[in-house]
Amino acid sequence: MSAEASTIAVDPEEPAGVGRVILHRILLTVGPILIALVIAGLILVAVGVDPLAYYGYVIERGLLSPTGVQQTLTRMAPMLFLAAGLIVAFRAGIWNLGVDGQFLLGAVTAAAAAPLLANAMPVWAAVVGAFVLATVVAMIWSLVPALLKAYHGVNEIITTLMMTFLGVSFANVLVKLVFLDPETTVPQTRTLPVEDRLPRLFDTTISSGLLLGLVAVIGVHLIMTRTAFGLKLRVVGANPRAAVHAGLDVPWLTIAVFAISAGLAGAGGAVDILGVQGNVRADWNPAYGLTVIPMVFLARLNGFASIAFVLLLSVLSIGGESAARRLGVPNHFTLVLIAIVLIVLAIVEYVDTRYLSRRR
Amino acid sequence: MTGLFSEIFLSALLFGAVTAAVPLLLAGLGEQMSEKAGVLNIGIEGMMIAGAYVGFLVAFMSESLWLGFLGGAVAGMAVSSIMVLLCVRLGLNQIVIGIGLTLGLEGLTALLHHFQFSRTYPRLPAADVLAIPGLADIPVLGPALFQHNLLVYLSVALVFVMGFIYRRTQLGLNLQAAGDKPSALDIAGVDVVTTRTVAVLTTGALAGLGGAYLANVGAGIFVPFITNGAGFLGIVLAMLARGRPLWVLFGALLFGISLSLTTALQVAGINIPTDVIQMIPFLAVMVMLVIFGRKSSLPAALGLPYERGSR
Amino acid sequence: MEREVTTAGSAAPIIALEGVTKRFPGVVANDHVELAIWPGEVHVLLGENGAGKSTLIGLLSGLQQPDEGRILVDGKPTAITSPSHALSLGIGTVFQHTMLVPTLTVAENLLLGAPWWRRPRKDGLRTRVEEVSRSLGIKVNLDALASELSLGEQQHVEILRALLRDSRILILDESTSMLTPSGIEELGVLMRQLVGRGLAVVFITHKLKEAAAFGDRISVLKLGRKVGEIAPERFRALDEESLISEFVELMFGKRSGDPEDVVREPHPGISQAAPVLSVRALTRAPTSVSPGLSDITFDLRPGEILGIAGIDGNGQKQLADALSGQIATDDGSILLDGQPIEFLPVHARRDAGLRYLTDDRLGEGTVAPFPVSINFFLKQIGDRPFWRSGIERRAELDRRARALIAAFDIRTPSSETPVGRLSGGNIQKVLLARELADGAKVVIFNKPTYGLDLANALATRNRIREIAASGKGVLLISTDLEELLGLSDRIAVMAQGSVVGTVENSETARTEVGRLMVGLAA
Repeated sequence: MSAEASTIAVDPEEPAGVGRVILHRILLTVGPILIALVIAGLILVAVGVDPLAYYGYVIERGLLSPTGVQQTLTRMAPMLFLAAGLIVAFRAGIWNLGVDGQFLLGAVTAAAAAPLLANAMPVWAAVVGAFVLATVVAMIWSLVPALLKAYHGVNEIITTLMMTFLGVSFANVLVKLVFLDPETTVPQTRTLPVEDRLPRLFDTTISSGLLLGLVAVIGVHLIMTRTAFGLKLRVVGANPRAAVHAGLDVPWLTIAVFAISAGLAGAGGAVDILGVQGNVRADWNPAYGLTVIPMVFLARLNGFASIAFVLLLSVLSIGGESAARRLGVPNHFTLVLIAIVLIVLAIVEYVDTRYLSRRR
Repeated sequence: MTGLFSEIFLSALLFGAVTAAVPLLLAGLGEQMSEKAGVLNIGIEGMMIAGAYVGFLVAFMSESLWLGFLGGAVAGMAVSSIMVLLCVRLGLNQIVIGIGLTLGLEGLTALLHHFQFSRTYPRLPAADVLAIPGLADIPVLGPALFQHNLLVYLSVALVFVMGFIYRRTQLGLNLQAAGDKPSALDIAGVDVVTTRTVAVLTTGALAGLGGAYLANVGAGIFVPFITNGAGFLGIVLAMLARGRPLWVLFGALLFGISLSLTTALQVAGINIPTDVIQMIPFLAVMVMLVIFGRKSSLPAALGLPYERGSR
Repeated sequence: MEREVTTAGSAAPIIALEGVTKRFPGVVANDHVELAIWPGEVHVLLGENGAGKSTLIGLLSGLQQPDEGRILVDGKPTAITSPSHALSLGIGTVFQHTMLVPTLTVAENLLLGAPWWRRPRKDGLRTRVEEVSRSLGIKVNLDALASELSLGEQQHVEILRALLRDSRILILDESTSMLTPSGIEELGVLMRQLVGRGLAVVFITHKLKEAAAFGDRISVLKLGRKVGEIAPERFRALDEESLISEFVELMFGKRSGDPEDVVREPHPGISQAAPVLSVRALTRAPTSVSPGLSDITFDLRPGEILGIAGIDGNGQKQLADALSGQIATDDGSILLDGQPIEFLPVHARRDAGLRYLTDDRLGEGTVAPFPVSINFFLKQIGDRPFWRSGIERRAELDRRARALIAAFDIRTPSSETPVGRLSGGNIQKVLLARELADGAKVVIFNKPTYGLDLANALATRNRIREIAASGKGVLLISTDLEELLGLSDRIAVMAQGSVVGTVENSETARTEVGRLMVGLAA
C-alpha cells in the first residue's frame, strides 16, 4: 500500500528491465515532453509568437547548427557535474539545495587559484591544482550543514539554502575584495589566458570539460548502482533505520554524501571557469543548480537519463538565448517549458502508477 | 563618518528595514502555516513572484494600490492551488513540484512582462502613507516605524492574529494535528486534505501579498526575478521559527535591517561591499544553529502526503 | 467477573452487515460477512491476524468502503463514507495504535473535530469529562500532553473521546495488546459498565481467554469469512473451558486443544555447557521516549532458548538493540564465547556470531523498495565474495540469493522483486535467511511471530527450535506467553528495564511468570 505512494518517486530499485519496461519508461518520458511542448506552445501563441517557428529555431540553433551544437555541448559540462552531485545526494535521501553556492565558491576558487598556480608550475598542473582546490573548498563549505545533519539532525533544507545565500555573497566578497584583478576597472578576478584553459576537443570549440562532466555522471551512476559504497548510501536514503540496524555508520555516510555532492558542484564551477569563462565577474551567478534539480528528477536519478535531460536543458538554453536575440522571445521561456515538463511528467507518472500499472 | 548616525540616516535605515522585512514576514507567516499543517511549500518563491507581477500589473492598470494587493494575493493563491492539487490531493513530491512552480513562474512572469513592457519599467506612484497620530512624531522612531503604508501595520497585526489562531482556535488545533498526526485528525472527523488545502491556499495568498508589497511599495516597479530569493528566505524563517509567529517577525526584521543597511551604506558612500552586510544575518543564524542546533522539532508528517488507511 | 444481565432481545441491531465483501490486491479481506451489532452487548470479534478483523473495523469506521454488500445502520442501508460520517452515526473507534496527537494536550485532543471557526471550549469540556469519567471511574489529566501518558491512559482518553461524542457503538481494536494484566482487568470492567448503559461494544481480539471473559456474543472470523457465532444465551450457558474449545474448533477446525500449545522437549545437557552469551550488569539510562536498562545480567548456554517475557515497552527492544550494538550502553559487559563484544560495532558483533531478528520487519529489518536479493545482504555490504574491492559481483549475489530463496522456501516472484511486496511471512523468511547464514552462534528473536498468520507462526517456531537443537543459543523476546511457554527452557521477565526474575520452564512457570509480570514475587 505504501510502496507506490510517492510519484516522482525516489524508487531506483525497479525490477531489472525487460524491453517492455524500458519502452514503457521511454513512452512515459517522451509523451509528457510532447504534451508540455504543446502547452508551452499555447503560451507562445498567446504572446503572438509562432510556436513551430520558435521550436524549430531553438532546435536549429541549439542542436543542428555547428556553432550551436558546440555551445550546447560546452554548456553541458558544469551542468553534468551538478547533476552528478545531485544524484548522489538525492539517492542518499539528502536534500542538498545548496549546490548553487557550492558551485560558485568552486568557480571563484578555481578562478583565483589558476593564474597564481600558473606562475609556479606548468600550466597543466596549475589547471589540475585549481580544479582540485575548487573541489576541496566546496567540500569544506558543505561541512557545516553536514555536521549539523549528521550529529544534530538539523534539517538540511534550511541549512543548505542558507549556505547558498551565504555562499553567493561570500563569493562576491572574494571577487571584489580579495581576488580582484588590479588591471581592470570591472570588478572581476584575473583572467586565465585562453591558451591555458582546458583543451578543446579536436578542431571544435567544445571544451574538454564535457568529457569530465560525462565521466563524473557515469562514474557516479556506476558507484551508486554497482559498488558497496553506493549501496550503503542508497540504504541510508531509502530507510535510515534499516541502515542503523544493518550497522552502517550513518553520520559518517551523511558527511561523505555532503562532501561528494558539494565537491562535484564545486568541480562544476571549476570546469566552467577553467574551460569557458576564464574569470569570475562580480555578481556572476548562473544559478544552474535550480534548473538542474528538475532534470535529475525527470531522469529519476538515473545517470544516463540525466545526461539526456541535461542535453535537453542545454539545447533549450542555448537555443533559447539565440531565439531571444532573433525572435524576441526572452530565454526565460525555457524555465516555463522546464516547469511544464516537470509538472506534466509528475501527473502522467501519477496516473500511470495509480490507474494503468494496477492491471499488471 | 559623521553623517552615519545622524537622525535622518537612522530613520531611513529603520524605515528601509521595515519595508524590506514586510515581504519576508508575509512569506514566513504563510510558509509557517503550511509547515504546521505538514506541507513543505518550496513553491513559495513562485507564489511571491506571481503576486509581485499580478499585483504590480493590477495596481498599474487600475491605479489602485489596494486592488494591486488583492490581485497579488489572488495570484499567489492561484499558484498555490496547483500545489494543492498536485501535492496535497495527489500526493506528489512536494520539493520537486515546489521547485518546478518556482522556476515556471519566474520564467512566466519575466516572459509576460517582456511582451507587455518590452524593456521599459514603468513606475508606480509612491504608496500613500498612514502616519499614526502621536507615535509618528517621535524623533527617529516616528518616521521610521509609524509612517508606513497601512499594509505594514496589518502585516504586523497578522503576527498576533496567527498566534491567536494557533493557540486559541479550533483551526489551530486542526492545523497542528494535520502536521503532527494526520490520521488522528481524520479519525476525529476533520478532513486532513481540506485542512491542508486551507493552509496552502493561505500560504499562497500571503506570499502573493508579500510579493505585491515588494513590487508596489518596496520597489515601485516590477522587474523580472524581483523576489530574488525572498520566498526561500521565508522558508528559512518559518523553519527556524517553527510554530511561533513572533519569531518570524524578529527574523524578518533581522534580515530587513541587513538589506536596508546595504542600501543605506551605498547611499552614504561607504566603501564596504554590500555582500559583506548581506552575509551577516545568515552568518548569525548559522552560528545560532551550530550553538543551539539540537534536533529541530519539525512536524512529524512534514513533507508526507496523507492517504487514509495507510499508517 | 460479574456480568450484568442485558436485554438485547428487545431492540433492533444498531448496525447490521449484509454480505459485505472487501478486496485488496491479491486478497479477499472480508468475504460475504454477515454481522449484527446489538445494543447492550459486548460483541467479540475473534480471529487470528489476517482473519479480516482490521478491515471490518476500517469499514465500520469509514476508512474504507465495501466492494459488495451493504451496511445497515438502524435498519437503513447506509454508506459510511468517512470517519466523520461514522462519528455522526454514533460509531466511535479506539484503534490498536494510538490516535492522539502527541504534541497536543489531552483536552485539545478531545476538542479536535469541532467546527474550525470555533474557539475551543475547554471549560465546557472539563465539566463533561468530569461527568463521564466519574461515572466510569477513570481519571484523566486534561492538561497533560498526550505524549506524556502511558498507553493505558491514552486508551482511556480515546474511549472518553468516543463517549463524549455520544457514540452508540464503541469499537475496541486489539485494545489489550498494549496493556498490563491489571489494565486488561480494568478495561473489562469498563466495558461492562458501557454495555450496562445500553451501548454496544465491539471488542476485537485474537486471545481466546479474553474473548471468553469479556464477551456476550462472539463472532469468529477466519480468512475473511465469518465461520461462526455464539449468541448470548448459549454463551452464558458455557463455562470458560468449553467456550475456548468451541472457539478453537471454529478457528482451526479441529478439536485438539489450542494448536499454539506445543509440546516442549527438554534439551539434555544444556546446563553443563559453558555459556555462549554472558551479559553482566548491562545498563543504559532511560530517555524521554524509551525505558532504559538497569543492571541486566544473564547467561545463555549453547542449545538453550531463553525467553524474555514482559509487557510491551518494558525495555525488551532496548535490550535487543543494546546487545546487537545498535544503541550505546553506559555500563556492563557482553561476552560472546568468552570474548567481550560490548565495544564492537554492529557488524563486528554480527561477524562474531551474534544475530538479531528485529520485530520491525519493514521499518528497520528491510528496505522495502529494494529487491529481495539485496535485502539478504544488507548486513554484509562490501563483504567478499559478494563484493570484491567494493565492486558488486552480481553473479555471486544472484546465485546466493537463489539458494537462500530455495532453502528457506521464500515465496517471491523473483529475487528482484521489491521485498516490500512480499507477505509478512515471507519477509520474515528473508530475515531468517539473512541472520542464520553461516557462523551464527547466538540468535536474538524479537517478537518473531508478531503479525504472522498461523502457518507462518508455526513454521517460525519450528525454525527457532531447530536453531536451538543445532547448538546455538537463542534469546526469544516475546509478549506472547503461550509462545514463551511452548519454546523456552528458562523465562526471564522484564519490567521497567530490568530483569525482575528468571524461572525454569516447568509446570508452575505460567503462574510464576504471570506474577512477575504484574510486579509480584514469583
